[in-house]
Amino acid sequence: MPIIKVENLSYTYGEGTPYRIQALSDINLEILKGEIVGVIGHTGSGKSTLIQHLNGLLKPTSGKIYLEGKDIWAEPKRIRELRFKVGLVFQYPEYQLFEETVYKDIAFGPRNMGLDEPEIDKRVREAAHMVGLPEQLLAKSPFDLSGGEKRRAAIAGVMAMRPEVLVLDEPTAGLDPSGSKLILERICEYRQKYNSTVIVVSHNMEDIAKISDRVLVMNKGKIFMFDKSERIFARVEELLNIGLNVPQVTQVFIKLNKLGLVPSSNVYTIEQAKSLLIKQLSRRGTFNA
Amino acid sequence: MLKDITLGQYYPTNSVLHRLDPRLKLIVLFAIIVFIFISSNVFSLAFLILFIALFIIISKVPFKIYIRNIKSIVLIIALTTTLNAFYVDTGTVVLKFWNITITSGGIERAVFMTIRIILLILSSAMLTYTTTPTELTYAIESLLGPLKHLGLGNAVHTLAMMMTIALRFIPTLVEETEKIMNAQKSRGADLESGPLLKRIKSLLPILIPLLISSFRRAYDLAEAMECRCYSGGKGRQRMKQFKLGVRDYISIFIVILLIASILVINYLYSAGIIYLNVW
Repeated sequence: MPIIKVENLSYTYGEGTPYRIQALSDINLEILKGEIVGVIGHTGSGKSTLIQHLNGLLKPTSGKIYLEGKDIWAEPKRIRELRFKVGLVFQYPEYQLFEETVYKDIAFGPRNMGLDEPEIDKRVREAAHMVGLPEQLLAKSPFDLSGGEKRRAAIAGVMAMRPEVLVLDEPTAGLDPSGSKLILERICEYRQKYNSTVIVVSHNMEDIAKISDRVLVMNKGKIFMFDKSERIFARVEELLNIGLNVPQVTQVFIKLNKLGLVPSSNVYTIEQAKSLLIKQLSRRGTFNA
Repeated sequence: MLKDITLGQYYPTNSVLHRLDPRLKLIVLFAIIVFIFISSNVFSLAFLILFIALFIIISKVPFKIYIRNIKSIVLIIALTTTLNAFYVDTGTVVLKFWNITITSGGIERAVFMTIRIILLILSSAMLTYTTTPTELTYAIESLLGPLKHLGLGNAVHTLAMMMTIALRFIPTLVEETEKIMNAQKSRGADLESGPLLKRIKSLLPILIPLLISSFRRAYDLAEAMECRCYSGGKGRQRMKQFKLGVRDYISIFIVILLIASILVINYLYSAGIIYLNVW
């Protein structure tokens, strides 16, 4: 059974005003437990609107969303409990930090869940460890941290609720390469440790290619493609047409393939490229080609 | 929820009112406000209602948008109406129970006040619906222009610039507030239920990030303005110059006619030439 099922979902912003915008139309999708789904799409394609439906921040204009087979809007009063199960990390989450200490800020979510103090303490430390924040930072003010540390503290604030589905909107936006690598690793580690499902929205094709099992491509409020990563990135032309791209390494391999130097361009991570090139070159028996 | 704040919100249509000179609109609004309060009799008030109704139709802004504005101050209207009805004791006694008396004068005053407040809200809403905030601040700066001769030039410009910036950042702050609210709701923040004290406390996770980001924005904006050599009002010009056109002169004529009519009606009423007595 899929953990999340979206059925005929449509959403319109500003219904009944001159600024009315149809943000989503007729979305149908299923997300399986334990997979990492990457979401890509042009600005304004409806990605953010879609993920805000998953934890009940937005209510569908029409259509249904099921979490573990249950309609999330069956009991509107209990929508808050849903937010502990589907954890949403917004874009630039560091702007939501507010407490005096990092510890208290990470504890905000678990405390809202009504957990007891020892459990809160355990979760805060575990989440901080998970995102790689050293213990001594917990007593500091969140506003004294560096940009990358703030981001990780904010993500820890959601991870501490231990959601079964972790949704992140542009988790690496504006970070330096080592910072974004660290965050992606931690996200994957979270998935492994708690066997949870992860949905990541990103503009960075490299990030998406690196971590996703499947990729959801949105365009103009509709699902454009939803398939295994390698199959998505094989459809270069269509992606270019809607203003997206494929990972840089794939672009290189498309050129190499055209020149007849490699047998296929079906490469979308550096690791794949490396093993393919080594195989290719050792077959020719020479490294100075 | 936050989107319901319609005060100062521009509603784009292609009506004549939208295209009028903002300075003219501002002056007319002041004139209308003055006349709403000096219309002391049924006839001139009815005349004003007619005129404002006409303006509403011309503005092409749906009537229900105006209604939304009135809804938000229904409480104030109700309070003023009842207070007026109870506290004025001129005229004949209409109703008496316990130790409260309601007189015809009281009812008259209450009805007048209610109509006045509604007209006031409608006409000022009309200005903000048909005029963009930038046009409005331009109008204020331009109308305060004469103060420049008193050596207050920079103060006038600074005031106008501050208003422009404030108006410009209202939608940004609303958006930001919504974003932060959503982020905290995602962490299980409960903003809607519980006793008052708890609800006030639950606003902290929203207010603190909002305050911090406002400071950040202010610094960024100041820096960006300095980078573009902003140094106050001296020698600054506008890209868009407003000039009174034919339609502006026609509207000036109509408004003068309106003012004259009200003065005439007021005179005729006080001279006892026209009268209405419902009691």
